[in-house]
Amino acid sequence: MPEPFTTLTAIAAPLDMPNVDTDQIMPARFMRRPRDERYVAYGFHDLRFTPEGATRPDFILNQPPFNQAGILVASRNFGVGSSREAAVYALLAMGYRAVVAESFGDIFFSNALKNGLLPVKLPESTVNALRGAVAAAPGATITVDLQRQILTAPDGAEHGFTVPPFARDCLLRGLDEIGLTLTLADDIAAYESSRPPLAAG
Amino acid sequence: MGRTLFQKIWDAHVVHARDDGLVLLYIDRHYFHEGSFHAFNMLRARGIPVRRPDLTFGFGDHYVPTNARRTDAVQDPEIRGIIETFEQNARAHRIRAFDLADPDQGIVHVAGPEQGLTLPGMTVVCGDSHTSTHGALGALAFGIGASEVAHVLATQTIWQSQPRQIRARFEGTLPAGTTAKDMALALIAQIGTGGGLGGAIEFAGSAVRALSVEGRLTLCNMAIEAGARTGMVAPDAITAAWLAGRPHAPAQPDPAWADLHSDADAAFDREVTLDAAAITPMATWGTSPEEAVALSARVPRLEEAPDEARARAWKRSLDYMGLQGGEAMADVRVDRVFLGSCTNSRLEDLRAAAAVLEGRKIAVPMLVSPGSSATKRAAEAEGLDRIFLEAGARWEESGCSLCVSMNGESVGEGERCASTSNRNFAGRQGRGARTHLVSPASAAASALAGRLMQAGA
Repeated sequence: MPEPFTTLTAIAAPLDMPNVDTDQIMPARFMRRPRDERYVAYGFHDLRFTPEGATRPDFILNQPPFNQAGILVASRNFGVGSSREAAVYALLAMGYRAVVAESFGDIFFSNALKNGLLPVKLPESTVNALRGAVAAAPGATITVDLQRQILTAPDGAEHGFTVPPFARDCLLRGLDEIGLTLTLADDIAAYESSRPPLAAG
Repeated sequence: MGRTLFQKIWDAHVVHARDDGLVLLYIDRHYFHEGSFHAFNMLRARGIPVRRPDLTFGFGDHYVPTNARRTDAVQDPEIRGIIETFEQNARAHRIRAFDLADPDQGIVHVAGPEQGLTLPGMTVVCGDSHTSTHGALGALAFGIGASEVAHVLATQTIWQSQPRQIRARFEGTLPAGTTAKDMALALIAQIGTGGGLGGAIEFAGSAVRALSVEGRLTLCNMAIEAGARTGMVAPDAITAAWLAGRPHAPAQPDPAWADLHSDADAAFDREVTLDAAAITPMATWGTSPEEAVALSARVPRLEEAPDEARARAWKRSLDYMGLQGGEAMADVRVDRVFLGSCTNSRLEDLRAAAAVLEGRKIAVPMLVSPGSSATKRAAEAEGLDRIFLEAGARWEESGCSLCVSMNGESVGEGERCASTSNRNFAGRQGRGARTHLVSPASAAASALAGRLMQAGA
């Protein structure tokens, strides 16, 4: 069950890579492991570490102060590919609570919302400007206000965004969908009894 | 106003609709695999039972070995544990699981349709993005994450907002030697890996109607690589004939299937039309499925990139792939070849590759993993295994294998693999592995040549 998400102010890190797929966020070979404290090392693992396990200083998310970031300013089609929710778990373990991009992989977007990682969709020009601003002023913070659906840039400019209402409500209140859906159990039963049984499995 | 195929299936599955447009959709078929263990853990933590174990089916595919059919033959204790957990979860919830020992085991997106478990008009989900594959039978099928898997296990429903509707038409006749895989790569090269985001793609047009069900499964499988959550094809006589006699399919086609098509006046949010006759065998050169060109073409040069952002992305792709840009695709040497995955491992795919290999010897190692145990038996019944073995390939068991490299087997750092799978992402087949996506016939031709090659070239 996710923690409630209301407002977040955090250092933002720029990641100027389009089409970041969930295989890159969470390499498949770690997915056999349980969700434990080791997850902090899995996020972007092969970009962050050499094959020998040394930290790659040239990768921007390793560089201070970006290694303390809570918000990732990414690029188009972030989180495309595999449905692995472990990609969201890995980003959360790294300390991210929000990702800003002009577009997201559909399944990633949904997985993120269900786990308290806020995907913030903004126009390409805004995302490019934000990425440039946080790259130019390392340590600059961004504020994301989910109640008002406003992102405040380092220069104080406000940008409106929208999150699907149901998911927003669940995030603000820290509710989980299963509990809510089970209150509709009568509707589900009525639907089942209104249809012929499915072909036997 | 008429309705689309998508809309008809959607409308028939709405359990509850909210004012904001979000609906609770009923799920007719829920597939899961070994990777779904997070979802079972969520259910267990809350003490919630599986609502409809009779509509839920498990397939062991992601982590299974292809060189053995026994769990105790798996050396890695973590991998063995994942497979055992899958079997335990199925038993504990009284769910039918096609596990390693099952003669009908296979990759969920190959074996599910093959068993007749996916039928026209159904809603189908699985915790795997390639669930779009099942849309080839006229189902509404899409991949979901672990939290959604837990939700479906608990409620047999899922919250969804309606995607935009896209129709991709392939008109005309495919040239001989061009396949559904090449159609998919041509489409993705044109609309991009984000072209279908937020959308459902209906594949239509004369070249789609002419495809076998196997070809349609390949096409819908790759819909997710265009960013779409689902792909679908209206069921027709080819679909009904393909389903007839399958273990879980009805003895006679359901008369309701006749209405499962987009009405003539149905509106789409976006239409894309491709000339099927102009498509030739394709391959990817980069690390996104949109980075694809004809095998007869050249790797693009950086200066040909349409904009600066694309040029930076191409540079990263070329560096990862060990390419300069500008070289002929047919000059790119490969170290190994993989024929398998939920994209291209069906009997038709194996036949196409075997036809290229027959009587010849491969130049680089080739692994062949049929999409299901039943497919493997069918291939062996017609002697395809002998063709692969005599050519020098490995002929193994069914699983996701080198497409996702979760079962312990991987492509080495810097090694180049011509692969019939669906993703050429950095690290997909192993850390530092370089993947070129191709059709089965092109994979076989590449194995013979030791470089990227289309059959007959």
